[in-house]
Amino acid sequence: MQVALDQTLSPFGVNDKGFYGRFGGAFIPEMLYPNVEELRRNYLTIINDPAFQQEYRDLLTDYVGRPTPLFLASRLSEQLNATIYLKREDLCHTGAHKVNNTVGQILIAKRLGKKRIVAETGAGQHGVATATVCALMGLECVVYMGAIDIERQKPNVDRMKMLGATVVAATSGSQTLKDATNEAMRHWINNPVDTHYIIGSVVGPHPYPDMVARFQSVISEEVKKQLFAKTGSENPDYVVACVGGGSNAAGAFFHYLDEPSVKLVAAEAAGMGISSGHSAATTALGKPGVLHGSRTILMQTEDGQVTEPYSISAGLDYPGIGPLHAHLYDSGRGIFKSITDEDAVKSAFELTRLEGIIPALESAHALAALKELPLTDKDVVVVCLSGRGDKDLATYSKYL
Amino acid sequence: MDNPTFQMIQTITQNRINDLFARKSQGLLNVYFTAGFPEIGATASILRSLEKAGVDLVEIGMPYSDPVADGETIQQSNMKALEDGMSLRLLFEQLAGCRDEVTVPILLMGYINPVLQFGVEAFCRKCKEVGVDGVILPDLPLDLYLDEYEPIFREYGLLNIFLITPQTTEARIRLIDEQTEGFIYMVSSASITGSQSGVSDEMLAYFNRIQAMNLRNPRLIGFGIKDSETYQMACQYANGAIIGSAFIRHLQNGPATEERIQEFVSAIR
Ligand SMILES: Cc1ncc(COP(=O)(O)O)c(C=O)c1O
Repeated sequence: MQVALDQTLSPFGVNDKGFYGRFGGAFIPEMLYPNVEELRRNYLTIINDPAFQQEYRDLLTDYVGRPTPLFLASRLSEQLNATIYLKREDLCHTGAHKVNNTVGQILIAKRLGKKRIVAETGAGQHGVATATVCALMGLECVVYMGAIDIERQKPNVDRMKMLGATVVAATSGSQTLKDATNEAMRHWINNPVDTHYIIGSVVGPHPYPDMVARFQSVISEEVKKQLFAKTGSENPDYVVACVGGGSNAAGAFFHYLDEPSVKLVAAEAAGMGISSGHSAATTALGKPGVLHGSRTILMQTEDGQVTEPYSISAGLDYPGIGPLHAHLYDSGRGIFKSITDEDAVKSAFELTRLEGIIPALESAHALAALKELPLTDKDVVVVCLSGRGDKDLATYSKYL
Repeated sequence: MDNPTFQMIQTITQNRINDLFARKSQGLLNVYFTAGFPEIGATASILRSLEKAGVDLVEIGMPYSDPVADGETIQQSNMKALEDGMSLRLLFEQLAGCRDEVTVPILLMGYINPVLQFGVEAFCRKCKEVGVDGVILPDLPLDLYLDEYEPIFREYGLLNIFLITPQTTEARIRLIDEQTEGFIYMVSSASITGSQSGVSDEMLAYFNRIQAMNLRNPRLIGFGIKDSETYQMACQYANGAIIGSAFIRHLQNGPATEERIQEFVSAIR
């Protein structure tokens, strides 16, 4: 793997204690310490092993369908008066970028001798991507999903079941993604030896944020080559991605983190509006604290209780962001935009009619963020189209 | 992390927990309940009743929205207390003045985020003010505690109690033993609170292994201790035991009166 970013030297790399600036670390109960420590001690050695790289790269090519195209969206470009490229993660097997991470982590799990996989899922995309690689590798798969999400994302629940996964309803707390994550962590505590937890985003205790970012970094690795071939320069003016936990954004930003001329734009879900009380705009509404094992920015009450977020898109319906993104926000390296449900849906329809591509609701937030940028006809922009919209048709059909 | 780079703690803090273990080294009973459960105003009276019933230490849970190390029973008590309006601020108000009546060592158990929002120093100061002797914060790991917070805790004479599990390495147990005082919280098996797994050979091997380490700190065994039998078993291998979920279930099944609390404790001992 071409690792352009020197993690030990970059101000945006993770340090040896697992921190990005003042964010990150591993705030975990002792019951999880041996599992997380086993992973921390081994993940870099495993990832850097040429045999691992070969297997990972072959699967990305032959199974996931990489490299995904970088598509010049001409009609959208014309409308926005800038040159817009779409990084087509929606064309990955299973329909989103999530599989880049699950392919990598299942290979790690196998090398650690694990027999069973546990995962959390919100919209079901990560659950499907996990169940898929478990079927591929013949490992047992348990996916925790909020009881409320199970009801509103039925097609993905059925996909997971068809793939052989056991889907367990998280009935605690608010019964959505954050509670599914708690339940998956509890499952891991109760099964410390033979189980690997595949976290679905750049969240959780160190080394998860760094490990997931490395697996998703294939996105910007490809963008650099593809953009160079098309324009003669590796570097666009902007890279734009949506942020739930932040894995597609971390992957799209990764090889540009130390390239200050490239502006990095993160689109958060504002839900019904930042001050509506129904929002998931973490940097706009959150404060520093600890969530799911890392110090980051999270939405919380004054007493430090985690707030239940809201977004029309289940994949962005998370009260925190990964520690890398908290650091990008804190340091000013990242530009954060809050996008309402309404603007996201509008942009989804625009892309569909202009380019014949139905985006995932999550990705539609990144598209909507384009309108918030001071674009000129000289600007080259790469948008990470993190997933396809098939899973969101029930929502879109209300607007037809 | 397994390389001890910190200086061993030499002094024994003047503290009710250390005093207790100096006095009594066998059969200690530590009972956990969630602040503000089953009723928001019940905290102080449950504390008094537990002392009257002869409990040696009391652990008061600070309710949290996302208690990852806890099973269903304690989670539900946390949710109920939060819905009723429980908070750290209110807990300190409820505990103000409790030292006029109770002498039992008090520990606060909870998660780090509410403490961070309260402010670590403000939290330690309040603990000292109302007479809290120690805390258990499962998601504040030892290295981060030593790096950032240990001097503040020490300044206010507050002991931070750490957990070990069957998977904790010997080097790490030694480090915890050197760096902390009060007692070591032995999690009985790889599990969250309230598990019903029962006593296995593996568990006994772990208890024996730890007993043979001759740690300087006393040890209490918790998680899965739920009745007289499991309590007696734990007391054979450690200085005592911690009961949480079983007591919460008892509070769910009837009023939190002095008599019912006495009844629960008598049945254990
Ligand atoms: C298509 C798509 N994009 C984005 C996300 C958000 O996740 P992340 O911020 O980790 O990329 C999800 C999560 O389910 C998703 O399915």
